[in-house]
Amino acid sequence: MIEVNNISKSFGDTQILFDISAKFDTGQVNLIIGASGQGKSVLTKCIVGLHEVDEGQVNYDNRIFTEMSVKERKTVRQEIGMLFQGSALFDSLTVIENVMFPLKMFTNMSKEERMERANFCLERVGIINKNELLPAEASGGMQKRIAIARAIAMNPKYLFCDEPNSGLDPKTSILIDNLIKEITYEYNMTTIVITHDMNSVIEIGDHIVFINQGRNWWQGNNQEILRTDNKEVVDFVYASNFMKNLREKIVNN
Amino acid sequence: MKKIIINLASNMNLFEHIGKYFLMLRFVFSKPEKGSVFWEKFFIEAQNIVINSIPLIGFLSIFMGGVISLQTASNMSSPLLPEYTIGYITRQSTILEFSPTIISLIIAGKVGSNIASEIGTMRVTEQIDALEIMGVNSIGYLMTPKILATTIFFPFAIIISMLLSLVGGWMAGVQSNLYSTETYVLGLRAFWETDQHHLFYALGKTMVFAFLITSIACYYGYYTKGGALEVGKSSTNAVVAASVAILLANYILTQLILI
Repeated sequence: MIEVNNISKSFGDTQILFDISAKFDTGQVNLIIGASGQGKSVLTKCIVGLHEVDEGQVNYDNRIFTEMSVKERKTVRQEIGMLFQGSALFDSLTVIENVMFPLKMFTNMSKEERMERANFCLERVGIINKNELLPAEASGGMQKRIAIARAIAMNPKYLFCDEPNSGLDPKTSILIDNLIKEITYEYNMTTIVITHDMNSVIEIGDHIVFINQGRNWWQGNNQEILRTDNKEVVDFVYASNFMKNLREKIVNN
Repeated sequence: MKKIIINLASNMNLFEHIGKYFLMLRFVFSKPEKGSVFWEKFFIEAQNIVINSIPLIGFLSIFMGGVISLQTASNMSSPLLPEYTIGYITRQSTILEFSPTIISLIIAGKVGSNIASEIGTMRVTEQIDALEIMGVNSIGYLMTPKILATTIFFPFAIIISMLLSLVGGWMAGVQSNLYSTETYVLGLRAFWETDQHHLFYALGKTMVFAFLITSIACYYGYYTKGGALEVGKSSTNAVVAASVAILLANYILTQLILI
């Protein structure tokens, strides 16, 4: 479980996050949603420690991450897997080397054991016989899956996904969403996904936190978000005419 | 008044860079995450940065040596100066300045821009963030092998450069009938007992230059913000800053060691 308590963050004179608190449970897909520039990515970077918070606390299973030393944080980070918006695969390494990278850095596994584990993770995300490809030679969807394989290589307790569907076609997006959901349940991870994608919200949102103007504006699940009367959430979720019509039908029913 | 404020602002920016650079060096010198990974990267970087630069260094050195000896010969009109002076001046110019400094400046252009753009691209594509999230000391992982490999192996490349430069001087002079091989070799060996320390001075300053080239390039790459345009700017800034640092260090080291 990850808990954030009263987090505030500024860059210079501009305050981005205002006193945000939220709880992200284990074994659930937790979504952070909101319009662009509202502070979703900053919040996530604060949670993983890429940005230092000005005020507040981040707890990983009751371990206060924000008060840890650099060495202690490293230990927690080895329990974190992260899927970046652009996949962030290492250009100079092949697919298999990318997945083996965390194992090589942090375990004493032999090369054969690392290969075995990496192949297992790649198979789990549906990548077969692509070991020697370089990331640049893989398609966008494939890169995302390789990045997921790398993220789960160390059996992480916590999985972060920053806009996993950006730049993907609807079919591949659904595939990635389902993969994240399956992996979360299978390994009982605490998963946090940042997304704009309403399909993801409806499909995989066990717990949803809506960030608006740097504040935790609303939270609930994928059923509650369809029926909420919160104006900002409605404006965000039902931005298109199609979605507005859908809401009318849902509310009328 | 406006000029003073602008100067002050740009100076503050310079001080900020220097401060950040030294803070970064603190992590460069920290213990590597895993010894085996470090040494693997160390030799890969030695290959990429130093060994792959040797053909260019060799090509430049031969022609540089040739030009030094030809220019020296063409400026020696006094009959009082013995002919072997050409070999002596070629040796001294090569060892003291041309091989360590000029080759370092050229390598700052080649290697500096390469390192800055490599690390800068990793920054803007979140690969460095990915390393940090995994718990890897990204500075130590990316920079230390590059800096250490270059600092240790670059002097060997400069020794090759010195040798090829002297060979270039010999080839140019003999081919132009300016002096005989014996005279040239006599010049190369002249006063060597008293000048031997120049070689150590040259190799010492080469190590300093190698450190400056790689660490400055790493610094500019690592702190790149933005996209492709900024990666290009970082690359240019790295080369300019490394070149300026080499010239300053050259002056300071010469003043301290030779004078």
